[in-house]
Amino acid sequence: MFPHMSSDTYHEPLELLSEDTKNTHRAIVSLMEELEAIDWYQQRAEACSDPELSSVLTHNKNEEVEHAMMTLEWLRRKHAVFAENIETYIDSSGPILEVETQSTGGGNGEGGAPAKGKGEGGESAAKPRSKNSYNTSESLGIGSLKGHK
Amino acid sequence: MDLLKRPKAPIVSEAWDQIDEEARRVLKLHLAGRKLVDFSGPHGWELGAVNTGRLKHIEKGPVEHVSHAIRDVRPLVELRAPILLPILELDYAARGADDLDLDPVILAAESVARAEDEAIFHGFAEGKITGIVEASPHAPIEVRSSQAWPSAVSAAKEVLRMAGINGPYALALGMEAYDELTADGDDGYPLRNRIEERVSEGNLIWAPALKEGAVLLSVRGGDYELTVGQDLSVGYASHDRTTVELYLTESFTFRVLEDKAAILLRRVR
Repeated sequence: MFPHMSSDTYHEPLELLSEDTKNTHRAIVSLMEELEAIDWYQQRAEACSDPELSSVLTHNKNEEVEHAMMTLEWLRRKHAVFAENIETYIDSSGPILEVETQSTGGGNGEGGAPAKGKGEGGESAAKPRSKNSYNTSESLGIGSLKGHK
Repeated sequence: MDLLKRPKAPIVSEAWDQIDEEARRVLKLHLAGRKLVDFSGPHGWELGAVNTGRLKHIEKGPVEHVSHAIRDVRPLVELRAPILLPILELDYAARGADDLDLDPVILAAESVARAEDEAIFHGFAEGKITGIVEASPHAPIEVRSSQAWPSAVSAAKEVLRMAGINGPYALALGMEAYDELTADGDDGYPLRNRIEERVSEGNLIWAPALKEGAVLLSVRGGDYELTVGQDLSVGYASHDRTTVELYLTESFTFRVLEDKAAILLRRVR
C-alpha cells in the first residue's frame, strides 16, 4: 500500500507507468478537482442568502477557473493532441460541431451558418491553425511528440 | 512585435497558414528524438541555460585562501534555417490556391529536424550536448546480417535489463536499418513484425539522423530530457520586391540523465 499516495485513481500497476503518464494523471486529476470546485462554488453562490458571502464564493469560483486553465495549459504544452484540439476548438465561432467537420476536411455541415476558427473572418471555412497567422508570438506548437509513431 | 517579426513580412494570412502547416507536417514526420525523450518547455526565448545543479571547481583561484567554483549549466543552442520564397507564389493563396510550392519550407524543416536529432543522438560538443549514443556505456551490439536483427534486439534488451533499466523500450532506426527491417524476410514475414514482438508493439521509430544502425532505449521517462526555449517557429528575416526570406528556428538543449538507458545496435557489413 501507498499510505501517502496523492491519487487512488490509477487504473494500472504503478510500476508499469512512466513518469510522464504519472504526471499527466496528476494534471488530469487536478483539472477534474478544479472543475468540480467551480461547479460547487457556482451552486453555493447562487443559493446563498447573504450577498457578501455570495460575492466571496463567486470570487473563489473565478480563482478556480484560473487554476483549471493553468493546468489545462500544462497539458497543452505536454501533449500534442491536446494542443491540436485546443487550436481547433478554443476561441472558434459558429456551431461547434461544424468546427470539427471543417477541421477534418469534411466541409460545412448541412444547415446553420459556417463555423469560423480563430482569427477567421468572412465566409471561409475554419482552419485549425488560423490563429498562427495573426498571433506572431506563437510557435508551430510541436512540443512533445512522445507516444507518436 | 516579438523576435519572429512576422507582421513585417509581405505575406497574406492564407499563405502563412500553408507555410506553418507544411512546416508542422514535415517536422512531425522527421523529428525522432521528441518521440522518445522527455520534453521540458517551451520556456520562451528568455531561457538561456539549464541548471545541472553541479559545480566545476577551479584548481587555483586568483585570490589565495578563497576557493572558486563555476556553476555547470547547459546553454541553449539556437538553430536557424533560411527559407526563401517568391512573393508572387505566396499571393496565389489569397486567390484561393491551396497547393503552394513550398519546397524551401520542406527543406528547412528537414534540416532543422536533422540538426535537433543529431544533437540528441550523437551530441553537439560546441553546445555542450552529449548525445544518447556517445553517452551509452554499453558495448554496441553488432548486427552482421539483416536476419540477425531480431536476435540483436533481444540481446540489447537483455543488456538494458541487466543494467537495471526497465521498459517500456523503443527502437530508433536509422534510414538503412529502417529500410532493411520493413523489407520482407526470407520467409516473407517482415522483419519489422519480428522486432515488434521483441519491443513494445509499434515502438519502432524512423530516425534518419541516426548514423550507424539503431538504438534501443527505455522510454519509461526520467532518462533523457529535451529542454526547449522557443519551440520550432517560422520567423521573418527580410524581403525585396520579388522574394521574402523567412527562417525556421528554435532554441533547445538536451541532457542525458541516465546514460545506461540506451544501447547501440551497429550494422556491420
